[in-house]
Amino acid sequence: MTAQAAIKDGDAGIADRRRWMGVLARAGREELEEAWTALPSKPAHRFMRAPEIGLVMVQARAGGSGNPFNLGEMTVTRCALRLDSGVVGFGYVQGRDKRRAELAAAFDALLQTPETRDEVLRGVVEKLAAAQAERRALRSRKAASTKVEFFTMVRGDNPR
Amino acid sequence: MYVAVKGGERAILNSHKLVAEERRGDPALAELDVRQIVEQFRLAVDRVMTEGSVYDPELAALALKQAQGDAVEAIFLLRAYRTTLPRFAVSRPIETRRMAVRRRVSAAYKDVPGGQVLGPTYDYTHRLLDFALAAEGGVGAPEADLAEETLPDAMPPVLDILDGENLIEREFADREGESVFDLTRESLSFPAGRDQRLQNLARGDEGFVLGLAYSTTRGYGGSHPFVGEVRLGETAVEITPEELGFSIEIGDITVTECQMINQFKGTAEKPAQFTRGYGLSFGHGERKAMSMALVDRAMRCRELGEDALYPAQDEEFVLSHSDNIEAVGFVTHFKLPHYVDFQAELELVRRLRAEHATRVGRDGELREAAE
Amino acid sequence: MTLAIDARDLAPGFADPVFDSQSAFRAIMNAIAYPGRIERFRRPVAAPAGLSPAAATIALTLCDFETPLWLDESAATEAAVAYLRFHSGAPIVDHAGRARFCIIGGAASALPLHAFHAGEDKYPDRSATLIIEAQSLTSGAPRRWRGPGIKGERVVGVGGMKDSFWDEWTLNQTLYPLGVDVFFACGEEIVGLPRGVATEA
Repeated sequence: MTAQAAIKDGDAGIADRRRWMGVLARAGREELEEAWTALPSKPAHRFMRAPEIGLVMVQARAGGSGNPFNLGEMTVTRCALRLDSGVVGFGYVQGRDKRRAELAAAFDALLQTPETRDEVLRGVVEKLAAAQAERRALRSRKAASTKVEFFTMVRGDNPR
Repeated sequence: MYVAVKGGERAILNSHKLVAEERRGDPALAELDVRQIVEQFRLAVDRVMTEGSVYDPELAALALKQAQGDAVEAIFLLRAYRTTLPRFAVSRPIETRRMAVRRRVSAAYKDVPGGQVLGPTYDYTHRLLDFALAAEGGVGAPEADLAEETLPDAMPPVLDILDGENLIEREFADREGESVFDLTRESLSFPAGRDQRLQNLARGDEGFVLGLAYSTTRGYGGSHPFVGEVRLGETAVEITPEELGFSIEIGDITVTECQMINQFKGTAEKPAQFTRGYGLSFGHGERKAMSMALVDRAMRCRELGEDALYPAQDEEFVLSHSDNIEAVGFVTHFKLPHYVDFQAELELVRRLRAEHATRVGRDGELREAAE
Repeated sequence: MTLAIDARDLAPGFADPVFDSQSAFRAIMNAIAYPGRIERFRRPVAAPAGLSPAAATIALTLCDFETPLWLDESAATEAAVAYLRFHSGAPIVDHAGRARFCIIGGAASALPLHAFHAGEDKYPDRSATLIIEAQSLTSGAPRRWRGPGIKGERVVGVGGMKDSFWDEWTLNQTLYPLGVDVFFACGEEIVGLPRGVATEA
């Protein structure tokens, strides 16, 4: 195969990149715009693939652990852009918001650039991740408030 | 047979205008915002996403607004829209065991690790109309309680944890790497694999699947079900784009899953064991997921060596009639002009009647002559 | 896990993905509907090294992540592989027989036609479509083409094919309704040769 790894020496590992792409994909439009506005300097970029709306077929497993089946599709928007430095960023985000996909791709490119990585990780990705964790925890605590406490149950018998 | 009839253009255009006016209703009242539908008619949105087979709450809400709340018409709109979009990828199978759970109950086991979590459910409401919701000024901003602690990050399936004795059948993946049937690309084919059946049921009309599920428990399928587990929550969707070469998460979707335990079965070779049915829907669709699980189990009859005696066990009957868009298309096409068809049949009936009259007359004459 | 593409030096795809690919699709459809007639792409993509603009345009119009793509040695330049994977999303496969689309850069030394997938009895449409880079669409040895889409016969002079190609094509025809379909590409032009067409010198 003639293709080669996009991640070259000195660049971030795939595990890091998967994480930040997941965080960026879950970020709201306003959050991303705000983070973009707050950047001290915005790099010039051009599209390699202008933001484009499409579908992903979501698969699930029979019984949760059996053979796969097609559940239904979801909308997704993708974008690929190149910074002047040559670094290419990708955005794949749920829904139909082209700007979100563009911003996710732009941040992905900045995160692959050694000079900007730490700053964007700290200033953008970690903040977004914290907000997402907080939203998730809030939902979970609300659900936890509806947990049934059976009379017959002895607390000690029910380890969390 | 259909005939091209000209002259309806103006009538049709004006009908569209009339629909637009009626859809808007009294202009003195505020117009519905699509976001309001997403937020406040969420269960309707979820049904439209599930049967429209596209997860996109804003689109489903728009479809509902356009269809004046008619779920099946909205589903039709969503199905039509999806055909305009390219497909980028097929996801890895979602892992419901890693779901961020918001509701999880089991009817089979009382003490489940993590507890019985009721979540947002109508199950324990009294079904009394709440006039406070109709009061001027509305209900303000009600707030849920917050527990000190979150639920565990992941809750393993109840059946996996609690069935240490192997009394309930397990679901194994033994067709990894094989192609998965896709109804959006291929038409129904029989005998149907479980992949085809599950996709069909997931898209199927809720009322139809619910009715069939009900029938299996009333003597038309010999079902004795227990809900092993129903869970609702958010699950990550992961794809591997060709140009990246590694998998990424593209977001979370809300799904409802039902693991139904059903009648046990044993043979001389195999000790008795409970069987299972599976249901899954987009959004919060518990009724649908439970119905789907019952009908899934009923259609597994062949594989489990049972006789297929009842409608819900007949996969050709179920799969061919579960899709509400196909059903609506066929049932309602009868209102389209069939003028020539009908004229031909009228002609036939006239001729039969004339022949009948002649025959009766001749018989009468013959009788008279004989007397 | 497949390796990621180095996207840094990629040429762009369609300037206007929706309208350009529709226009290309129209030309491809005409080419297969009127075998032997030359169709010119009005808005072709700028092809990477190793591919003609016509071949690259067909691939970007028809291929996606569900259509495995195979390239022969002369088409499979690093630039072409990266370009096709990025813009079409098609997985590149190592075995010609497993591909739905095949790009053949070296027509003179191409694999025999039976090396490509001829479809299945139940699904003849699952056969491979071959995109063959031709030296010329007009100045090759003229052959008379007959079949659906051709009124009477049409004389076509595809240049640069190996000698045995047309015998293989006759063999391909005996498989009907199975068999492969071919597009000859040259510069920004294509000619379609569907499996139903017979040719003779």
